[in-house]
Amino acid sequence: MYQEIFKKYEPTKDNLIYILHDIQDNHPQQYITEEAVLSVSKYLNVPINHIYGVITFYGMFSMKARGKNIIRLCESPPCYLKGCDNIYRKLKEELNIKQNETTEDGLFTLELCACLGVCGNAPVMMINNDIYGDLTEEKVVKIIKDIKGEK
Amino acid sequence: MKMINLTINNVPVEVPEGTTLIQAALKAGFKVPSLCWHPDLAPTAACGICVCDVEGYPVPKRACATPVTEGMKVNTNSRELRELRKTILELVLANHDVKCPTCVANGKCELQQLAYTMDIDMEKVPKLLEMKPIDYSSPSIVRDTNKCINCGRCITVCNDIQTVYALTFADRGFEAHVDTAMSWGIGNSACVNCGQCTVYCPTGALREKDDTDKVWDALLDPTKHVVVQEAPSIRASLGDEFGMDMGTVTPGKMYAALRALGFDSVMDTNFTADLTIMEEGTECVENLKKHTGKPVITSCSPGWVKFVETYYPDLTPYVSTAKSPMSMFGALSKTYYPEVHGLDPKDIVSVAIMPCTAKKFEAQRPELARDGVPDTDIVLTTREFLRMIHEAGIDFQNIKEAKPDEGMSFYTGAGTIFGATGGVMEAAIRSAYFLVTGQDLENPNIEAVRGLKGVKEAVITIPGFGDVKVAVANGLGNARKVMDKIQQQINETGSTEYHFVEIMACPGGCVGGGGQPFGNGIAQRARRGEALYKEDANMDFRCSHHNPEITKIYADYLEKPGSHKAHELLHTYYFGRDKFKGQVEKQTTGLDSHH
Amino acid sequence: MKFYRSHILLGMSETSIEAGAKKIELALKSELSKRNLQDEIDVLETGPLGFFAKGVCLKVYPENVLYENVTVEDIPELVEEHFLKGRPVKRLLATTTRVEAYDFNYKERNVLENSGIIDPEDIEEYIGVGGYEAWEKALLKMKPEEIIAEVKESGLRGRGGAGFPTGLKWSFTAPIDSPEKHLVINADEGEPGTFKDRLIMEGDPHKLLEGMMIACRAFGANKGFIYIRGEYKLCIERLKHAINQCRSYGILGQDIFGSGFNLDFDIKVGAGAYVCGEETALIESLEGNRGNPRFKPPFPGVKGLWQTPTVVNNVETIANVPTIINKGAEWYKSLGVNGATGTKVYTLMGDVAMPGLTEVPMGITLRDIINKYGGGMLRGKKFKGALVGGAAGVILSDKLLDVKMDYESLKEYTAVLGSGAIMVMGEEVDMVEMLWSILRFFRHESCGKCFPCRLGTQQLYNIICKIRDGEGKEEDLESMILLSDAMVKSSFCALGQSPYMPIKSSILNFRNDFLKRIK
Repeated sequence: MYQEIFKKYEPTKDNLIYILHDIQDNHPQQYITEEAVLSVSKYLNVPINHIYGVITFYGMFSMKARGKNIIRLCESPPCYLKGCDNIYRKLKEELNIKQNETTEDGLFTLELCACLGVCGNAPVMMINNDIYGDLTEEKVVKIIKDIKGEK
Repeated sequence: MKMINLTINNVPVEVPEGTTLIQAALKAGFKVPSLCWHPDLAPTAACGICVCDVEGYPVPKRACATPVTEGMKVNTNSRELRELRKTILELVLANHDVKCPTCVANGKCELQQLAYTMDIDMEKVPKLLEMKPIDYSSPSIVRDTNKCINCGRCITVCNDIQTVYALTFADRGFEAHVDTAMSWGIGNSACVNCGQCTVYCPTGALREKDDTDKVWDALLDPTKHVVVQEAPSIRASLGDEFGMDMGTVTPGKMYAALRALGFDSVMDTNFTADLTIMEEGTECVENLKKHTGKPVITSCSPGWVKFVETYYPDLTPYVSTAKSPMSMFGALSKTYYPEVHGLDPKDIVSVAIMPCTAKKFEAQRPELARDGVPDTDIVLTTREFLRMIHEAGIDFQNIKEAKPDEGMSFYTGAGTIFGATGGVMEAAIRSAYFLVTGQDLENPNIEAVRGLKGVKEAVITIPGFGDVKVAVANGLGNARKVMDKIQQQINETGSTEYHFVEIMACPGGCVGGGGQPFGNGIAQRARRGEALYKEDANMDFRCSHHNPEITKIYADYLEKPGSHKAHELLHTYYFGRDKFKGQVEKQTTGLDSHH
Repeated sequence: MKFYRSHILLGMSETSIEAGAKKIELALKSELSKRNLQDEIDVLETGPLGFFAKGVCLKVYPENVLYENVTVEDIPELVEEHFLKGRPVKRLLATTTRVEAYDFNYKERNVLENSGIIDPEDIEEYIGVGGYEAWEKALLKMKPEEIIAEVKESGLRGRGGAGFPTGLKWSFTAPIDSPEKHLVINADEGEPGTFKDRLIMEGDPHKLLEGMMIACRAFGANKGFIYIRGEYKLCIERLKHAINQCRSYGILGQDIFGSGFNLDFDIKVGAGAYVCGEETALIESLEGNRGNPRFKPPFPGVKGLWQTPTVVNNVETIANVPTIINKGAEWYKSLGVNGATGTKVYTLMGDVAMPGLTEVPMGITLRDIINKYGGGMLRGKKFKGALVGGAAGVILSDKLLDVKMDYESLKEYTAVLGSGAIMVMGEEVDMVEMLWSILRFFRHESCGKCFPCRLGTQQLYNIICKIRDGEGKEEDLESMILLSDAMVKSSFCALGQSPYMPIKSSILNFRNDFLKRIK
């Protein structure tokens, strides 16, 4: 099932993080399943306790099913200074979910993250691979609406 | 070796290059406090308690990991260092479930001892702890994360020493904690129940599953006939708890304490250790005679058995089918024993006192039961046994020595050395030599297989057969080295150079078992092991085949080693297990026919 | 990509509207849509840009380019050249003599000299501006020890935060006889408020690669890795592309330029962990482990990646190297002051008029950076303080506005240059909130291995929460300082030592903010 992904990487432990990225990005619910961990373990000959330790260490990995769009709102000081907490409140309100939860329609997961390195445009969030800066409450509502429109 | 000179608290000391400050300080006469460092393990340098001032450095250095350099001037105690240590210790206590009076580690806990020396005011300690559920999923080991201080010793032992790969750190930041893969719990992990994590845990976060209540229930039930056996290493692991010298061998007091606790029949695992040698030795000799090119690998250590089933299922056909001494005793206690004594097997409760947490798992193996009732009903570790002695208020040091009940308790020196690494091998060689040549070895001491070296090899010449190559490994990391070699040789050439291989899951063998007293490090294991060899040397009978009770049980009941009856009662079979959860996947041995 | 790679600031004022600013805005937006750039380039109306040029002025960030006298007719060319090809339209550029900020901003650029000027995806353009000449020189005309001597002489120090002399670092690893050595570029830029490395890699990836090549040659590595944080998608793409170009041009590979020297680079991607910016944690992560820092010694220069001698350098540090080789150490030293040579890239954000990045010589004052390069305070706000050096930095008050920004000068105020992040705070900012946000960050980003950091960051967070909720006591301030000081002395790595500076400086400089919450 993951052979297509494995093919791209040598079976050495230093590729673990990249394989996990790849697996997560290719899962419709953007997470790493327990089965995936077992497959990676077999492919790399790395025990699952190690893989689990690595997955839970890094903020970008998840072992919980997530939405189609992962909203990662920066909560670091520069974004906090520019009011990311208001954006966070608005997002929770708009999506009717709390941190690390997924909307019922499976469209959005709301996460908080550390600095995304786009502080000149604070407050900032990332939705999947795209960055949205200079956020305002109105802008956030529009972004969500637009994505819902696209489906 | 290059030597380094330095001063610690103005005391000059000379140590080899590569020594760490904490070791150098010990040599200079100072024990630097620490919560994570252990002399047997590579330092994780996590706790920060061991910080010391080193001249020329603006901030203190961690003594556990900092190597000595020439001319270093070290101070292990200052006002500032005390304050630092206190600050860290307060934070640790703030995140610790302080339940000392009921804690299994009470009196042995390194955190407790350190806090006791440092005048901590619990009123001033902040509160950080968020209670989490306790992991009861394993039949052997209980993990209480609320008592865990994240020192990482268990992870080092589990991954680096034992290569079992059950435990890991999970999550990050304040949420970082020790866990099993996917948080499935110890019972659903690759854990082989060796329990080394419990021995090295500085607190009570990892401990054996306590079965003392069950034993008390049986003892206090007049309708039950409670039989008890004690593993070889137990007799070398009790005395120091009661102020005697480390490694004092006290079988007489051990029997007396068991009688005082109310066991109906006190016998000895050492007897079945001798029996194991008869069965396993016979298997080994037959294998030698057939020149199969395949080894016979010992099967006494249940942590090892689960390990080989999990990581080397292809090698399980070479694991001796002889049950462990405990399970042989268990089987006989439910068959031979009631037959001789006119008892109903249903009334018998068979208890085993073991140095081992994995024996709890072994006792639950379905193939080691009769009509759904386990041959061995309850397994207690050394630690639980000690707690029972304390609870019953037995004055162990002054108790009058007693003798065991006859029938399944007489043992030879071969049985007693089962408790140390290399002991099974030595005992087996003594008997195998006899079985092949009809004569005893001139010198029964096989020094080459003794001692704490990870992997020991020897070649024994047996007249009439030739050279027998043996290997002995203690600790599963060392076992892995030997198995990798055997696996490779068999895969490449169809045969291996080894004829007989002894594996003990725990470093040092059973004297270093996972059920042994907390803090039982390599140094203590060495003392206990030496004590067993000393007992052996002083015994009248030193070979299993000379044990009169063994002769009697074969004559009366089992016919001869390897007989049909012996196979029915004393042999077993193995499985391949899932590498991830340790669950049985399929039976791998004993399918076609009995040997 | 919906990530706005550039922002066009359109100064809307009476004079500019008169000059047709509204029409130009419409034309710009429709041209961008036509080119399908509407999601990449953002057009923002702003107030007067503060330039006294005639006509409509456009200011473009992050390139920091200024156009003047723009007309509707210029728009198609402008969009085509600048936003599609990445080449500013020279004839429309404001004359440098007239525009101070622009002048300052490009005059003394070194690391970012090509950024916003050449097409970062085209190696030919980089070569066109003299790219890879330094590499050729270093490889064919210089001995490795000469390269190291030159870099040592230049006084270049690490730009990642610690400020360790780069040449010295190389010289430790160079003499080690090892079959394998590695260069690892720390592009795990995670310090809040820092995005200089991203802009260097996005704007001029070949600059980094060239610096890496020279470094590898200098200390004898045949393999280099760039460890980039997973969030920097564009950097990853651009660098992959740039490495492939180098391979096809024979700039990387076997027997480069017939020198017999072999070299290759690879990109490794992080997965979201601030602590991986610590060099040994980064190495752990590269090996596929949890990013827990390693104990030093042994240092990575002796035993690093896969136990081989490994030099870990920051992106900006290495991007300085080609210029040093090209123009020489003497020239480099002529920039900067006080033992701090060369230029420094700062990222400027918060309550400033023009957030963005700037590259200036070492030793410029904070006041100058804010006023000259940041366009002053946002909407005329009064300056209250600036967090310099990221979350692990120091909050400076207005009393320190004239402190020179270099390693030694800042040291006098127990401050650090750190990553070069400057977060400016206006008068209404509450330092309790700021510190709360910083401590929340550390609590979450501690690797969790060492006790003082794992437990200390949580305890600090709890105390600041208490103060924030109005339940604090004045002695809590003291206990925060004491605890964070204990963490400095007992933590395993720099992360646990970091909370001390923001705590100490915010309480020292803005005690009243805290007392207001305490009562």
